[in-house]
Amino acid sequence: MSVIPSTEEPQPTRAALPAWAALVPVALLLVVGGFFAFGLTHDPKAIPSTMIDRPMPEFALTRLTPESDPLTNEDLKGKVSLVNVFGSWCSSCVLEHPQLTEIGKSGRVALYGVDWRDPPSDGAAWLTRYGNPYLKTGVDSDSRLAINLGVTGAPETFVIDRDGRIRFKQVGPITPEVWIDTILPLIQKLESEPA
Amino acid sequence: MRYLFVILALAFAPAALAQTPPRPFDPQVEAVARDVGKSLRCVVCQNQSIEESNAPLAADMRNLVRERLAAGQTRDQVIAYMTDRYGNFVLMQPPFQTDTLLLWLAPVALLLGGAWGWFAYLGPAARRNLEPTPLSADEATELSKTLGKGGRP
Repeated sequence: MSVIPSTEEPQPTRAALPAWAALVPVALLLVVGGFFAFGLTHDPKAIPSTMIDRPMPEFALTRLTPESDPLTNEDLKGKVSLVNVFGSWCSSCVLEHPQLTEIGKSGRVALYGVDWRDPPSDGAAWLTRYGNPYLKTGVDSDSRLAINLGVTGAPETFVIDRDGRIRFKQVGPITPEVWIDTILPLIQKLESEPA
Repeated sequence: MRYLFVILALAFAPAALAQTPPRPFDPQVEAVARDVGKSLRCVVCQNQSIEESNAPLAADMRNLVRERLAAGQTRDQVIAYMTDRYGNFVLMQPPFQTDTLLLWLAPVALLLGGAWGWFAYLGPAARRNLEPTPLSADEATELSKTLGKGGRP
């Protein structure tokens, strides 16, 4: 707090600091430590979604299998559904796929796919290779729906309630843990909500 | 090896061309679009603006910005469209509002705090120490002895 004394004896003329001044460094340390405790345990790249509790934006996507009608909001009406954003270029999507296959097979919830930023032939080939768990798959080749949904990467999965409202967004793969601990309980909760 | 590179470059060229927007070029829209693009963060590579980023999503965002501007939306409307979906994270410069007060004011507060500390304590202490403290009687005797002669300390 003071400069180096010029003699070894305490100086009578030294600036008198109040007693609480000794606590200032401690307080500063706590404040800085608090910021670090928060900053180092939170992912700076995780962008909080602004879309939660908002209605699913209007969309009409060309189907990945061209012979059928488009994927639209109508498909999501009246039931809890999952909208999974994937792409054939996305390596984590391969990782996620076994769990999606499981969900698709179980028929527990309506699962829709959005093939994002993908030439449709690539998306179709990818689903042929890994299996198609989706009831319907739409193509979003120019990110129109993805941007409208605030998507930052693939895979991302939106949980949509019966009223067509977005209730949850899973960023990154749905692992068995995420499915059991987060998404399945949420689906049960949303299904028990009065329509 | 060199040929391989050329072949690869040519192989990917059509993909690069496919991303250029098929919209008629409007210099006014383009100028605003660049300005908007520089103020929007690429959500894939977060330290770049969408104007600088090579990420595919940034390219689609650039297109969307141009499309909306060409459709007659203002700069602010386009930025609002993005913040509405991605939050303030998508802005390169965070807005000045209640939850960013600390961010904006902390540097000023730290500077003022430091200035106060200096003027209240360190400055006066430093000035006082410019004046040497007179030697005590014992020190004067010691010094005289060491120097081997009498006289004023």
